[in-house]
Amino acid sequence: MLRYSAKQLLNMALTLFAVSFLVFALNELSPGDVARKILGPYASESQVDHLTVQMGLDRPAIVRYFEYMGKALTGDFGDSIVFRMPVADLMFDRLGNTLLLAAISFAVIVPLSVVLGVLAGMRERGWFDRTISVFSSMCASIPEFAMGVFLLGIFVVWLGWLPGTSPLRSDSGWAIWMQFVLPVLVVTFYDAGYLIAMVRSSMVEVMRQPYIRTALLKGMSFNRVVSRHALRNALITPFTVILLQLNYLVSGLVVVETLFAYPGFGRMMLEAALAKDIAVIEAGTLIAVSVTMLTQLFGDLGYMALDPRIRV
Amino acid sequence: MTEIIHDIGRPRAAPGLGLAGDAHVGLLRQVLNILTRSPLATVGASILLAWSLLALLAPWVSPYPPNRIDVALVADPYPSAAHWLGVDHLGRDILSRLIWGARTVLTVAPIAVLGAVALGVFLGLVSGYRGGFIDTVIMRIGDTLLAFPKIILYLIIIAKFGASAFNIIAVITLSSAPIIARIVRGVTLDVKNRDYVAAARMRGESALFIMFVEILPNARGPLIVDFFLRLGYTTIAIGVLGFLGVGLPPPDPDWGGMVKEAYGMIFVWPHMTIIPALAISSLVIGANFLATGLREASLDG
Repeated sequence: MLRYSAKQLLNMALTLFAVSFLVFALNELSPGDVARKILGPYASESQVDHLTVQMGLDRPAIVRYFEYMGKALTGDFGDSIVFRMPVADLMFDRLGNTLLLAAISFAVIVPLSVVLGVLAGMRERGWFDRTISVFSSMCASIPEFAMGVFLLGIFVVWLGWLPGTSPLRSDSGWAIWMQFVLPVLVVTFYDAGYLIAMVRSSMVEVMRQPYIRTALLKGMSFNRVVSRHALRNALITPFTVILLQLNYLVSGLVVVETLFAYPGFGRMMLEAALAKDIAVIEAGTLIAVSVTMLTQLFGDLGYMALDPRIRV
Repeated sequence: MTEIIHDIGRPRAAPGLGLAGDAHVGLLRQVLNILTRSPLATVGASILLAWSLLALLAPWVSPYPPNRIDVALVADPYPSAAHWLGVDHLGRDILSRLIWGARTVLTVAPIAVLGAVALGVFLGLVSGYRGGFIDTVIMRIGDTLLAFPKIILYLIIIAKFGASAFNIIAVITLSSAPIIARIVRGVTLDVKNRDYVAAARMRGESALFIMFVEILPNARGPLIVDFFLRLGYTTIAIGVLGFLGVGLPPPDPDWGGMVKEAYGMIFVWPHMTIIPALAISSLVIGANFLATGLREASLDG
């Protein structure tokens, strides 16, 4: 297991290297003039040239890439053009907000999906299973922005119970916790729809196994069969999928954060991409990719721990 | 877009369509059988069919030109006899924009998915059949692409190269192909040592023939189910790009873009946002119901 982890970590370092190079190269394909962007349209040509030289942008791309990587390894990710602050500080701030939203959503989504998925899957094609299946399939089908619009229409425009934006400032007239309700709801509907289906189908598969039938036939009560025999096996497969939701919750919240003006990582990436703010894009992508690969590694390790039949 | 994240990770268990053993029954017949047996699939197929018909007949069924601006109508933009779903903030007829928007999404999404299937099938077959170095390279590149959270990959590439139908199709093709390649590679590895493949090799068939004629049909079931799931997710992805402002360029109607344009006015005129949001949801629900129904029916054999 130790060897496997070490191999995966090395793999991860290589991928991160490839990703960072890809993003950098992509930016070089059509060099949007950084100096011009900073100085604005009214600066003279000589001012632009001067700043270009000053920032070292006249040197070959490959030199600048290695310089950037060298600095990045020491924690210096440069400055953001759009947000006009060091990228490291910006990331810290935005990631914190996103992690908070992600943590709350995760804490709601996981128990909800496991309970509903297991209850639906234990009696395949019963009325509860039918209802939950259609419900989860619909939830997973409604795009976040559409779900956001529906919930906003009901709870903000019509009922007026909740705030329509979540800037996380207490001077907005709404308590901070109330600003979390709608974003968490939207994320929950969308993501739980998918997770419930995963847990359900895994449960259904387990309930079809001969050892479940045997346990029932020898007279064990249904509830006992479910809790003692089926549950553990049914949760092994969804375990990895559940962990993988962390990716979505960290870097996939662009839409929800845009909907509710939530100052998070996803919205920062959107603004950076639109403004071609390469320092932010590069650092943000590296973070997002690291999160993906780390959760995958933890998923694999957890999987092995849960299911002793699996060896690498 | 959610598949954005959901696909990352290991390939999901590939469902079959229960196609083995009934080779004499045409694929179309089987699909029709399934459609009549599973209510979920019927509902899904009907929704898809309805939108497709509207999109196909757009020039004839659309009551107004989709981009015709009539600011006078904004005084009373709500649904009326003249404008069944009302008009938007520029006085454009929402129903007409929905119908023409269906045309856009129902062209772009299937092309993007078919592109991904074509590329993914080819790479998966080559990867699985050839094995060795080629396999390692293809899978490695695929893994690197999959390590990018999809939405971030979309944002970077589209913000860089500009929002156009072609770029959207390209980026969706590129980001989905690795997953399809994994499905096909798995099936290929499973069957490539079977007797009938060996027999074809003995007959002196070319590698291309073996890959596409002998091996590929085995992946038919999983690929069909995956196609409709992916169609739904691609519709979401296109909508999300439109909503984030990097979708198909205006003024031509695009459902996600319609939601974005009217979003700021939701307190004044909620129908302008809610109606296109309903339209896009219904289309995705249709695709997902059809996929679920097909998979369920196939599990029953």
